[in-house]
Amino acid sequence: LTYLSQFSDGLSVTLEIFFTAAGIGAVLSIVVAGARLARPPLVRRVAWMYVEFFRGVSALVLLFWVFYALPALGVRLSPFTAGVVALGVYISAYGAEVVRSAIAAVPDTQREACVALHFSGRQRYRHVIAPQAFAIALPSGGNLAIELLKGTSLVSLVTLGDLTFHVQILKASIGHSTGLFTALLAIYFVLGLFITTATRLLERWATRHLRVTPRRGPARRIADPTTAL
Amino acid sequence: VSGWDWSYAFRILPELSRGLLTTIQLTLAGAVLAMSIGLLFAASRRSSFAPLRLGVGLVVEFIRTTPLLVQLYFLYFVLPNFGIVLSAIMTGVIGLGLHFGAFISEVFRAGIAAVPRSQWEAATALHFSRFRTWRSVVLPQALRVVAPVLGNYIIAMFKDSALLATISVVELMARAQLIGAATYAYFVPFTIVGVMYFAVSFVASFGVRTVERRMAVASR
Repeated sequence: LTYLSQFSDGLSVTLEIFFTAAGIGAVLSIVVAGARLARPPLVRRVAWMYVEFFRGVSALVLLFWVFYALPALGVRLSPFTAGVVALGVYISAYGAEVVRSAIAAVPDTQREACVALHFSGRQRYRHVIAPQAFAIALPSGGNLAIELLKGTSLVSLVTLGDLTFHVQILKASIGHSTGLFTALLAIYFVLGLFITTATRLLERWATRHLRVTPRRGPARRIADPTTAL
Repeated sequence: VSGWDWSYAFRILPELSRGLLTTIQLTLAGAVLAMSIGLLFAASRRSSFAPLRLGVGLVVEFIRTTPLLVQLYFLYFVLPNFGIVLSAIMTGVIGLGLHFGAFISEVFRAGIAAVPRSQWEAATALHFSRFRTWRSVVLPQALRVVAPVLGNYIIAMFKDSALLATISVVELMARAQLIGAATYAYFVPFTIVGVMYFAVSFVASFGVRTVERRMAVASR
């Protein structure tokens, strides 16, 4: 039972890395997806290269490169920073594609409606496209979150004390490995179940906002801007 | 030791190339195993025997949500406690096969579900045996649909095979680590390795996309 503290230490580090990397990944995903949909061809090309490159290297290779190779260029990062940067950037290459295809999946009629209602570009994204794209992106986003959670186990290889790292140390000190690794797998599975459940709840919340059926009754009078003056 | 050094890069290139070859061989072996396991899982999940169907479903879900790294540790450190001692390479290939087999079984499941019911009925009408129905009616059509997705999973497996270095399989990543550890210069070997992984998976995914486009045209 004294091992419990080791497990909880590791768990908190794993969660810390997960949430930090998820934050970095989400922001980068949106930025890169935006760049892929931008007008200037150069911006689009760079964003395309970003996605292709980071989807082409493996997460472990990227992490090792950031941690072991970057110092040669004068950039020395702590294991934690290296871990969250590598994982965040890696997952964002997939995330950007999810965001991009979600935005593309919003029906064109919605965009046309915005034009008809004379929405500004900002209003269009804020009130019409973003809420719908968010709901569309959720299932794939949830899958990526699970991939990221699994990816956090890699940081144990750059000496960061996450769950996997602590279990390795416990194995070295107490010898029997069966229970330890079974427990470790079970913990990751339960964390994954949490993510699945959270995604499902979010999905319900996001779509409830969208399925607004028009109420019966007399149409509300809309103030006419030309007469209001 | 810092910065890029061409002569050093060329000196270690042959050794890294050998590592790349090992990695590709491991991926191919893993792919064959993963597809067999995937097919087995997918077929079990269509079984009329509920315990098998649900049990395999749970196993697939479990494998998919836990990290490959930990699964490899489990196979490598825990199986010997039960008298099953495998070489590192065998452990690695089995680990890759199981992990990606679980993912691929979902792909096969979707592909099999996409085969129209009328095809099954036609096979029954022609009095095909169950084996013949699967082999010459269902699978050819299902495989055709899922081939590109399958290709993407094999590319993912190629990239993740770098994890085998942690259970002492001497593939590409491990060779880079060994070279780096011997000279304390990680920059050059790790950069070359990164480029190698990228180049192979980029070319492969380009190939997969070409096949996908051809098939889209052919089915029109």
